[in-house]
Amino acid sequence: MSPQPFRTPAGGLIDRAKPFGFSFDGRRLEGYEGDTLASALLANGVRLVGRSFKYHRPRGILSAGSEEPNALVELRSGARREPNTRATTAELFDGLEAASQNRWPSLDFDLLSVNSLFGSALAAGFYYKTFMWPAAFWERVYEPLIRRAAGLGRAAVAADPDHYEKAFAFCDVLVIGGGPAGLSAALSAGRAGARVILCDEDFALGGRLLSDRRMIGGRPAADWLAATLAELESMPDMRLMRRSTVFGVYDHGVYGVVERVSDHLPTPPPFQPRQRSWRITAKRAILAAGAIERPVVFAGNDTPGVMLAGAVRSYVNRFGVLPGREAVLFTTGDDGWTTARDLADAGARVVAIVDARAEIDAGLRALAERIGARLVTGAVVESAHGGKALRGISVRNAAGHHVEMACDLLAVSNGWNPTLHLTSHQNTRPVWDATIAAFVPGAMPPGLVAAGSAAGRFRLEQALDGGARLGAEAAAECGHGRGAGTTDRTADDEGLPATPVWRVSGGSGRKRGKAFVDFQNDVTDFDIELSAREGFRAVEHLKRYTTLGMATDQGKTSNVSGLALMAEQTGKLIPDTGTTIFRPPYTPVAIGALGGHHRGRDFRPTRISPTHAWSERQGAVFIESGAWIRAQYYPQPGERDWLETVNREVLAVRAGVGVCDVSTLGKIDLQGRDVGVFLDRVYCNTWSTLPIGKARYGLMLREDGFVMDDGTTSRLADDHYLMTTTTANAGKVMQHLEFCHQVLWPELDVRMVSVSERWAQAAIAGPRSRDVLRGVVDGQHDISDDAFPYLAAREVTVGGGIPARLFRISFSGERAFELAVPSGFGDAMMQAIMASGRDYGITPYGLEALGVLRIEKGHVAGSELNGQTTARDLGLGKMMSSKKDYIGRLMATRPALVEAERPTLAGFRPVDASQRLRAGAHFLGLGQPASIENDEGHMTSTAYSPHLRSWIGLGRIRNGATRIGERVRAYDPVRNGDVVVEICNPVFFDPEGARLHG
Amino acid sequence: MRIDCPHCGSRDVQEFIYLRDAGPRRPDGMAATLAEMHVYLHERDNPAGRHRELWYHGSGCRAWLVVTRDTRTHAVFAVEALPASVESAST
Repeated sequence: MSPQPFRTPAGGLIDRAKPFGFSFDGRRLEGYEGDTLASALLANGVRLVGRSFKYHRPRGILSAGSEEPNALVELRSGARREPNTRATTAELFDGLEAASQNRWPSLDFDLLSVNSLFGSALAAGFYYKTFMWPAAFWERVYEPLIRRAAGLGRAAVAADPDHYEKAFAFCDVLVIGGGPAGLSAALSAGRAGARVILCDEDFALGGRLLSDRRMIGGRPAADWLAATLAELESMPDMRLMRRSTVFGVYDHGVYGVVERVSDHLPTPPPFQPRQRSWRITAKRAILAAGAIERPVVFAGNDTPGVMLAGAVRSYVNRFGVLPGREAVLFTTGDDGWTTARDLADAGARVVAIVDARAEIDAGLRALAERIGARLVTGAVVESAHGGKALRGISVRNAAGHHVEMACDLLAVSNGWNPTLHLTSHQNTRPVWDATIAAFVPGAMPPGLVAAGSAAGRFRLEQALDGGARLGAEAAAECGHGRGAGTTDRTADDEGLPATPVWRVSGGSGRKRGKAFVDFQNDVTDFDIELSAREGFRAVEHLKRYTTLGMATDQGKTSNVSGLALMAEQTGKLIPDTGTTIFRPPYTPVAIGALGGHHRGRDFRPTRISPTHAWSERQGAVFIESGAWIRAQYYPQPGERDWLETVNREVLAVRAGVGVCDVSTLGKIDLQGRDVGVFLDRVYCNTWSTLPIGKARYGLMLREDGFVMDDGTTSRLADDHYLMTTTTANAGKVMQHLEFCHQVLWPELDVRMVSVSERWAQAAIAGPRSRDVLRGVVDGQHDISDDAFPYLAAREVTVGGGIPARLFRISFSGERAFELAVPSGFGDAMMQAIMASGRDYGITPYGLEALGVLRIEKGHVAGSELNGQTTARDLGLGKMMSSKKDYIGRLMATRPALVEAERPTLAGFRPVDASQRLRAGAHFLGLGQPASIENDEGHMTSTAYSPHLRSWIGLGRIRNGATRIGERVRAYDPVRNGDVVVEICNPVFFDPEGARLHG
Repeated sequence: MRIDCPHCGSRDVQEFIYLRDAGPRRPDGMAATLAEMHVYLHERDNPAGRHRELWYHGSGCRAWLVVTRDTRTHAVFAVEALPASVESAST
């Protein structure tokens, strides 16, 4: 392990007793618990951390927070590799692997940094101007080239091994930010008895109090912080969420939060997610997100070693790290001076203080003297030099003379911008406050207020007072009284605010080094001038022409400077130049966190039938069917493939008897005086005539006249009906019926409830089905053909009194029944059916055989009811009643829907019986070329019929019903299919329907 | 976004399904012309501002509700239960 040459001997909030080993670009280094990756790198003297996006400029660490534009790194390796992580927010852990990105072949020696030499060619608008022609070159040449040269880190290739969670929380007051304003707000709201959630993106609470040496109530701020945290922790309705970023504000007090649960650990512990995305609903929220310090735009301002002054204080005071030993401070206000003081106190040499102001407070002059710093007032830093590490700066003094200074750290203090991003998430714009030369929150999302620095009230006392006041107000608005307890909130003095210097021009023309406005997207002051010159002056144009503020940091350190420069160019004031608004997320959020558990096979919940376990015991192969897992087929030992199994199942049903689970069908229980009338209006056929104890097939249209769904509905009693829907449309039909009843016809006496999950249902099909059922249904129920003919439907009992429902309906065309029992008896029902059927050779069959049986009978299913077909198209036109109104009646008469040429249902058989048919094949006249004009329709369902020893298909073809016997091509270019088929009756098997009754 | 269901209280928008403008009344299909049914089915205003619309509380009480919402800000002014808020236009 190497020593940490830039670590101060003492101080900081790191735990020096807990050293952590980590690596950067393969180099072994050491830091401490409490470090960020950035602070640990600086402690080891690592300053060059990455290469920039466009010019591959060497870049270091600018900030100490989530606003960092430069120090983006890849963390971890393999499947856990994550690109574009800010080193300034990555919490160090033992064994952390980090790597720089966007460099080739190495960080130190990057070949693509030649981009920098041709800088003017890569200026704003370069892509638009240069890669215009020839157009074909864009995809083949330009784009791959640009993608190689530009860009950030590499995403992992392997699947993410971690898991993520979604969580929901509710509170009275959400406090966003755990600095002095946020803690103060949480304290007063909590004392009033409000339910409070406080979120902070950092792993430690305290905000700037962790980084600045301040006094509160005459004592070190650390004492106030410790006492406040202790009190907050003791409150029962207080949730303090560290490592949690509020990334978005949504309608009606809903806030999006990402909690980094395990990112500070090498791997998440078992049963712990890596991250958790929260949706927090708060009656009131207080934005106490602090402020972001602004850089100054001067030549070479991106040289590693040029840092924000507040960040320098963070490294010195919080992390015990000297970011440099020979420091210069460039400041435009009093705030920066504390950086010089803290650096000197920590053992660095402060070479000089360059203050842009001519007049400096005497106390500050005394400070400069005490720490032995050369004071240059009315001066600016014109350029910084050094390439991969700062070596010196050029200062232009009040007299206009240049002074060269050697240094390895330049701390820049130019005032702060309130972190107001969340306040514009609902399309409201910040407003300019000239007194602090910054944008402050304008109109706010309802329920949100800003406190402290986020509101532009930068002084510590303002943060403490404002937070306390707004916290109490928020609690009161939620119905809580005033809390007990007082806190001394007087703070030490902090001098005058900054008079910002937006840009230091100077140097001469092209020879001047690049001065960056937006570090992450490599936008320079020259780009903004160019944009203004070429007429892209409106802020939205500026942004798009130069890409200012469009990087992953959304311009946190650059937007305001960019606007100021544009104002300078156009001779306007900053507020007249405008401002862009921010969008969620505040910082990037992993898609995994937003998805939570919903990925792979857990993308949506899967449903299993009440007979699932029984099917498993029969060795079923299962298939996903909509939301359901259904038995596809039941292979027997020795069967070579699925087709052999399915053929056996199909033949067994028609020859003897089979049993199949149909529990997944939608079932809706309808009761009331007017159900018959209601069904008349929702189905296209007639229902009010249905006798008690009978089932009927029904076809439901949408209001636009197309078919929506089909199924059988039974009348169990005078005012009691049971509807079945297709498996896929169960939810949609329920919603539709509720709409029809509640919105269209509330006067009808109808009550309905979905009972899909309440009943396990099995189809027992085949000539021996009644014999099998006789052994299952209790003896007192007569199920003979006379007493229980085709389409009978009745409540019966099974197993000695278990309530059941028996329907004589058939999807297979055989004599068949469907038996339903309460779900809990599903397994027992299947066992009873199998036991009773043993002597008849009963065969379980699955979804495949069910499909073959229905195609053999020409019954339509999901592939035909695809939302584009009318009742006529499906050969069901005669079901449409002309004597009553029903949903879809009128629109189904539209000319295009009744046009004779529409493709209608027909059957198809290959002329050569050995050829396979495929659903999706299009029909073409024999000898006709494959073109849209010749398209006559398409095949919707296909199956191999073991009875006909041939593939058969259902499909829709122009004038289908009148073309029986004609031959056409079934053309399937995707799978190289081109089969001559004969159009036939869609009912391939037992067209007279004799077997239904036999 | 949250909707204050008159039966269930304030609930997340994920529990609801939007259908359409609450204004159009279904004509009697036996008496109406195709043109009238077309207007009912397809013609909608697209106001920037206050809009009365039908929402279904599918993951809650299954009630159809009339929500009055500002289409620009998503501010919800009223949530009414049916059938009181919609007159039946059919027979």
